[in-house]
Amino acid sequence: MKNSVNRELPDDLMNKLNYKPFESTEIGNPDIQRVAPSVHVTTGNDKVVDSIEDVVKKTVKDGMTISFHHHFRNGDFVFNKVMRVIIDAGIKNLTLAPSSLTGVMNDMVIEAIKAGTITNITSSGMRGSLGDFVSHGGLKNPVIFRSHGNRARAIEHGDIKIDVAFLGVPNADKLGNANGMEGDAVFGSLGYALMDAQYANKVILLTDNIVPYPNTPASIKQTQVDYVVKVDKVGDPDKIGSGATRFTKDPKELKIAETVNKVITNSPYFKDGFSFQTGSGGAALAVTRYLRQSMIDNNIKASFALGGITKPTTDLLEEGLVNKVMDVQDFDKGAAASMHNNKNQQEIDASWYADPDNKGAMVDQLDVVILSALEIDTKFNVNVMSGSDGVIRGAVGGHQDAATAKLTIISAPLVRGRIATVVPDVTTVVTPGESVDVLVTEYGIAINPARKDLIQALSHIPGVPVYTIEQLQQMAEKRVGKPEPLQFTDRTVAMVEYRDGSIIDTIKEVKD
Amino acid sequence: MEIKSTAVAGTLESSDIQIMISKGSSDIQIDLESDVKKEFGKQINQVISSTLQKMGITAAKVKAVDKGALDCVIKARTIAAAQRATKTTDKPAWEVL
Repeated sequence: MKNSVNRELPDDLMNKLNYKPFESTEIGNPDIQRVAPSVHVTTGNDKVVDSIEDVVKKTVKDGMTISFHHHFRNGDFVFNKVMRVIIDAGIKNLTLAPSSLTGVMNDMVIEAIKAGTITNITSSGMRGSLGDFVSHGGLKNPVIFRSHGNRARAIEHGDIKIDVAFLGVPNADKLGNANGMEGDAVFGSLGYALMDAQYANKVILLTDNIVPYPNTPASIKQTQVDYVVKVDKVGDPDKIGSGATRFTKDPKELKIAETVNKVITNSPYFKDGFSFQTGSGGAALAVTRYLRQSMIDNNIKASFALGGITKPTTDLLEEGLVNKVMDVQDFDKGAAASMHNNKNQQEIDASWYADPDNKGAMVDQLDVVILSALEIDTKFNVNVMSGSDGVIRGAVGGHQDAATAKLTIISAPLVRGRIATVVPDVTTVVTPGESVDVLVTEYGIAINPARKDLIQALSHIPGVPVYTIEQLQQMAEKRVGKPEPLQFTDRTVAMVEYRDGSIIDTIKEVKD
Repeated sequence: MEIKSTAVAGTLESSDIQIMISKGSSDIQIDLESDVKKEFGKQINQVISSTLQKMGITAAKVKAVDKGALDCVIKARTIAAAQRATKTTDKPAWEVL
């Protein structure tokens, strides 16, 4: 069967896994039923244990679904410690359902797959050796990729039913009240982990820092936690996020950022009280700098900034240019520290952030978002998941979720080295072109023809040439040439859900 | 034209290609290393061999380490390496350009 972005989907897997093909970005107003976790009742006096082995023995059984968060990013020690114990205990057929997988986890995941410990994975993304392993058919069952908002939706629906959540935290008291802000390995917002804490049947905190009871502010609460495990170190603070943010000096990135800012400030959304989300890439950080100056010059303040937060954004909060920062994840130390110090930086969970099946998510209120792309095609479909060689090397992240903003800007260079970014057809559709409004490259912009209002508003900005996306694609091809088509086998190694849980594309095993 | 010694041109910087040319037996043999080999391997080999042929080189061993270079760069590095290998740098092969 084919879906509405013209991707051929394998009938056998679609039927077996009871999936619907992607149709539209419209969510509508369905009535849905959420699930609830089981609760083992205690007064909470015996939660603290010193041994991961004991707690794994008590909680993890063959065939279960286990979860982790990725807020420690590449400084994570918790995942490898716990998985080592689980593999050594000989447990089999687990479904691994973390908020995402970072590079430090790759070797352990591969080992666990080879040992039969992990037989299913759902994640936001994967990179490096694990992406390579899966793309070469290393895991029998297809990986399911979900956005951060969709993971929240899937957990609330019971599509992901977490039996045991292992959540590393930089502090906790003996009953499990915890936050991400104090201790050695701090990362700020616990946004993604809050879903696991709320919906997993068993919630196990791991911390290197047991603090006096009661611990406040409590992002994760004692009412949710079954065990608190004392470990040596939960993470390496230097690898959690980058330290001081350096602004890019790359003239190409600066040109793109400057153009993105011109698109924003010439759009009808740039007015007092507007809201925005930027990512963490070099160009996105530079956009924040240009936007700051434009806000000062025009005496415009933002009502909120959303999403993964960086220091340049919390600086705007300090300056009073942004009223609130709604924070699901912090990308650097400055942003993490700021959450501790500024009450206007609100920690939000992944459901509040971006779950479509909601009584209103933050992304539904979002005016402007700047997102990146590995590839974007002439239908404005965006790929942030597979590389030019067809191998998995990315993550959905909040891409699909934030793209529902009123003005969705994709910022990307026309070509990277010899690889075109603007292509006739993306390798993997992650975000449908229907939700993408403007592409900004260093050569000029392309506006989605469906947005006649934006074509009118943005067609006469001095120094910003407007092309059709087909023209940009041809400009890219003229520079780099026409690549040989990628070779895949018929085997599906991953399925990419849209945020509503339908299938927007699949990823096939690469042929080498 | 005859290859007199092994010669190199180009760097391992992004968007460049490093070409090493040495004596070969009968034809042009290219050993290509590239992150975009799947997509552009044939094209890169074709640019190198046609550039060498235009210079009158029919036998050579070529080791190419590509970092995403465009065709114009590949051609320029190939010519430079070939002129160094044939000891003809004092007579730039303008007609090949």
